[in-house]
Amino acid sequence: MALLEVKNLKQHFITKKGFMGKKTIVKAVDGVDITIDVGQTLGIVGESGCGKSSLARSILRLAEPTSGSIKFNGEEVIGMNSNHMKMLRREMQIVFQDPYASLNPRNTVRQILEAPLIIHSLGDRKERRDLIESLINKIGLRTEQLDSYPHEFSGGQRQRIGLARALALNPKLIIADEPVSALDVSVQSQVLNLMLDLQQDMNLSYMFISHDLSVVQHISDKVAVMYLGKIVEIANVEKLYNNPMHPYTQTLLSAVPIADPMLKRERIILQGDLPSPSNPPTGCSFHTRCPIATKECSEIEPVLEEKLTDHFAACIYV
Amino acid sequence: MVRRITSSPLTLIGLVIVLIIIVCALFAPLIATHSPTEVNLQSKLEAPSTSHYFGTDEVGRDIFSRIVYGTRISLRIGLLVVLIAFPIGTILGAIAGYFGGGVDQIIMRITDVFLSFPGIILAMSIAAALGPSIENVMLALAATWWPWYTRIVRSSVLSIKNAEFIEASRALGANPFRILFKEIIPNSIGPATIQASLDLGFVILAAAGLSFIGLGAQPPSPEWGAMLSNSREILRDAWWAATFPGLAILLTVLGFNLVGDGLNDVLDPKQR
Repeated sequence: MALLEVKNLKQHFITKKGFMGKKTIVKAVDGVDITIDVGQTLGIVGESGCGKSSLARSILRLAEPTSGSIKFNGEEVIGMNSNHMKMLRREMQIVFQDPYASLNPRNTVRQILEAPLIIHSLGDRKERRDLIESLINKIGLRTEQLDSYPHEFSGGQRQRIGLARALALNPKLIIADEPVSALDVSVQSQVLNLMLDLQQDMNLSYMFISHDLSVVQHISDKVAVMYLGKIVEIANVEKLYNNPMHPYTQTLLSAVPIADPMLKRERIILQGDLPSPSNPPTGCSFHTRCPIATKECSEIEPVLEEKLTDHFAACIYV
Repeated sequence: MVRRITSSPLTLIGLVIVLIIIVCALFAPLIATHSPTEVNLQSKLEAPSTSHYFGTDEVGRDIFSRIVYGTRISLRIGLLVVLIAFPIGTILGAIAGYFGGGVDQIIMRITDVFLSFPGIILAMSIAAALGPSIENVMLALAATWWPWYTRIVRSSVLSIKNAEFIEASRALGANPFRILFKEIIPNSIGPATIQASLDLGFVILAAAGLSFIGLGAQPPSPEWGAMLSNSREILRDAWWAATFPGLAILLTVLGFNLVGDGLNDVLDPKQR
């Protein structure tokens, strides 16, 4: 059953340059459809600036979406009143990218973990204390460390504290916005494995955003590839990694380093930068950089179609 | 932190001055050698001596004792004005910075109106309108001082309001009130507290100025500015009557300034 169902979600930002400048619309998220089932992990990959974080923020309504539909457990989230929304926030939580910016530097870990319980008036003082202690143990820190401040912890520990804060309300869905990108490789795997264990224990669903394809492969059941605010390919993790269909996905996968110096393979190198989302190319937004683009690509806007069973791609040549 | 403060000799001097002032204010009756208001025409305009350390004024009051008692008045003005102006300025600045838009425009335009007057002129006109007394001087100074805190706090709020921990709090469902008071204000009042410690000195100076021109403390109150004012006419015959209250003001302002600067160095993360 679908826990989260997002349909044609758009997040446009209006920016104005200068005093009399003309307004431009940045289409950070431009018509995204995704579903996440209970206990499932959806990986979202794409390069910097493709709208991954904007997608996360609009699903949680941290930034108000421009249009579209977000259904959580069958309930429409967009336009929900604030009391109802507050109840819903217990069900979906977020883990941020930067473990140094995501914890209030003036609060102890205990205060940070107690905040969600106070906000939702859960339990009395003693119950809260017990819950905080079980949370901190769950993420592999000691009870004595509860009265320390965030700066006394390493990046990986802080990220685990951020995860514990998200778990305090016992949510069903956690949106993880590049949760391991700021960490060392050795620490990355600790946090990833912790996330996998917690998923088993608590039957969590994840939306896991990353630009690191290997990390996404490790943790996801299903993967969506984003480019300029749109999803260009979405499929099960095996299908997508073994048989990438969209030329953009193929380029991304060819850039993943493989630990075999003897292996010779062809790398597709993209020319130029990501076009500005305020002025996206006509037709297929990838055509300016696509190795197989033709004249038609600049005219026809491809739609996300089921090319193989459960394997969707948005390209007219696939 | 303590070591960092005491490692700078200037800050240390400032701390010592401030401590002396506080001790004088707390134990004025024990330190003063005479009553601050007792008139004794037999011993008027006596030069500094062992019986009157700083001499006597035109009606024979002991200047040393008056200065010691004066610390109570000055310190009370400084503290109360800052304690009124600081919270008002901080809360308005945090609201303006966090909510932005129309609220920000309204609050900031009001502060601009206040800031567009030279502080002392505005304080003078308010004090004059309310009538001369110490309480009205405090009100007038608080009314001119809060916009500075509003500006400072607003700018530091702007720099942190998009921090991830604020967003995390919103994602948890915290209401704006909680976000403002638990997340934003504790993380953005640092620069304003430093300003407040500097301002203690400036407020005392401004209050002395207002008393000097007759808008503040009224005789026989041993207020330093009023004492200066009274001793103008006798300056040629009795240099001590103006010199010692003037020095008291100078040292007090200097002390609070040195402490404020020291705090700035200690708390500024770039200096670490």
